[in-house]
Order: sequence, then C-alpha cells, then structure tokens
Amino acid sequence: MIDAYQQKQILNRLSKGLPLCEHPYAELAIDYGVDEAEIINFLKRSLANHTLKRIGAVVNHHKLGYSSNAMVVWNVPDNRVDDIGELLGSQSKVTLCYQRPRKLPDWPYNLFTMIHGKCRQQVLDYLELIVTQNNLQQFQPQALFSTKQYKQTGASYYG
Amino acid sequence: MLTSFDIRLLNRVQKNFPVCHDPFALIADELAQPKQKVIERLAELKKEGFIRRLGGVLNHKKVGESSLAALKVPSQKLTQVSDMVSQFEEVNHNYLREHEYNLWFVVTAANQEKLEQVLSEIEATSKCALLVLPMLKDYYIDLAFEL
Repeated sequence: MIDAYQQKQILNRLSKGLPLCEHPYAELAIDYGVDEAEIINFLKRSLANHTLKRIGAVVNHHKLGYSSNAMVVWNVPDNRVDDIGELLGSQSKVTLCYQRPRKLPDWPYNLFTMIHGKCRQQVLDYLELIVTQNNLQQFQPQALFSTKQYKQTGASYYG
Repeated sequence: MLTSFDIRLLNRVQKNFPVCHDPFALIADELAQPKQKVIERLAELKKEGFIRRLGGVLNHKKVGESSLAALKVPSQKLTQVSDMVSQFEEVNHNYLREHEYNLWFVVTAANQEKLEQVLSEIEATSKCALLVLPMLKDYYIDLAFEL
C-alpha cells in the first residue's frame, strides 16, 4: 500500500525523471519498497484524475533548433476572454494559453500564449498569421521574447 | 546531428509514455526498432541535452499552488536579482524577457501561504516592482512539441 507521504515522494521523483533502464517503474518500486504493480496503478490513477498531466519526455526546444520563444500577451474584454482563449488555444503554433489577472495600470493583459519558432522572425510570422486570419489586432498582442534562460527545472512540491 | 529515427523517437516519447512493466518494448514495437536501441538512444539524447528529462509533468493546480510572476529589474541589478530568484527551490522557471517587467519566473509551493511567503521574500529582497499573475483558466495545454 502506498501511503500519502510516499505518493507525494513518488510524484516528486517522477517529475525529476524516470531512470532510463529496461523496467523504470520496477526501479522506482524498489526505491520505495512497494510492488511495481502498486506504482503502476497509482500512476494510472494520477493520470486519470489529472494530478499528472502527462508522462513523457520534456525536450529542450533551444537545443532542438527552436531557439526563439515569445510569450504573447493579449488584452481581451472580459466578456470575450473565453471565446478568444479557446480560439488561440486551438492554433497549431500556440503551445499554451492561459487567462491571468490584469494588474492595472502596469499590466492590462489578461490572456497569455506561448509561441516557439526556429528564429525570431518565424515566431513573428506565426503571430502575424494568427492575428490576420482571426482578425485579432484589436486585442493588442505584445510579443515578449525570451532573451536569456536562468533556470528551467521540473516543478516539485514540498512539505 | 539528429536522424529521422531520432525525430520519430522524440515525437513519440513526449506524451503517453506507457505505464507498464515493459514500456520501452511498446515504443520499440511502434517504431519497429529493437528495444535496446530505443533505450540507448534516449539515454544519449538525454546526455546530449536534447531531452531534459523523461518523467511526469505534474498538474500544479492539483498538487500545490503556483504562480507566474514578473519583476521590473534595472539592468545594472539584473545578474544579482536573477541569481537571487533562481536560488529558491520553489522557482522552477526563470527567464529574461523583453519588457520593462523583464524577469519572468514561476513559483510552485505546497500551499498558498508558502507561495505568498516566497513571493514576498523575492519582492522585499529585490526591492523591485512585482507582478503576481496566477493562472485563472487553462484554455489549452499541450506540452508536447511536434518536431
């Protein structure tokens, strides 16, 4: 039986990465002193209840040649934010789409998307295409290109 | 240099990594390659930095509290402030972006109280204007990236 404390430990461990060996879940089971089948069932439950978004490889976009990324933010009237959010979230080049609060007066933007490309121009071209095809100029898209990455690790949970 | 097999492998392993006794055998079958080749190549791609990790992506909303935040940092203080922010184990992304709010980071903590404590400490130590921008709604997230 995997107790609540072990569950948290296993999820934290999983967020740091599975061992790349023939039977990775068996290895986790040994580390936590439980059966492999229990680990497998626990992880399947965690995926089903969305505690885990997915299990898979997290790639390094930069290293793979997608060296440019912009967080594109939009200022959308509150009564349209769901419609525009779903529209932007369905664009093939948009890899993330969140609603976040405005912080006036400094920050009027309430919709956040991420666009990756092989270079800055490619990101801008994708953005231009999305804006013109969907008539989104009125929502004042701003592309905040990333110019340096200081830290990028898997999230984990403490306490 | 990535081969066409590498691209297929990377596209395959980004999501739905099998949860079973012999996951690499399933992937090897799908790609019609020997299992040992799949495991070895993934280990190499990880060693070479193409893969950051092969593991689980947690749903922040379910397991703890998290927020995006941004600081408006004067350029002469950038190195000092970015180092200070990165040192928090609760910070898992920290990027420089082109805006007057130039340092963008994600804080994840076990609960709201701890999250606010980390953000207050960052704000007080940096003496910079801080925006706290927690997610209100997720319209789409597909962290897998088609190559």
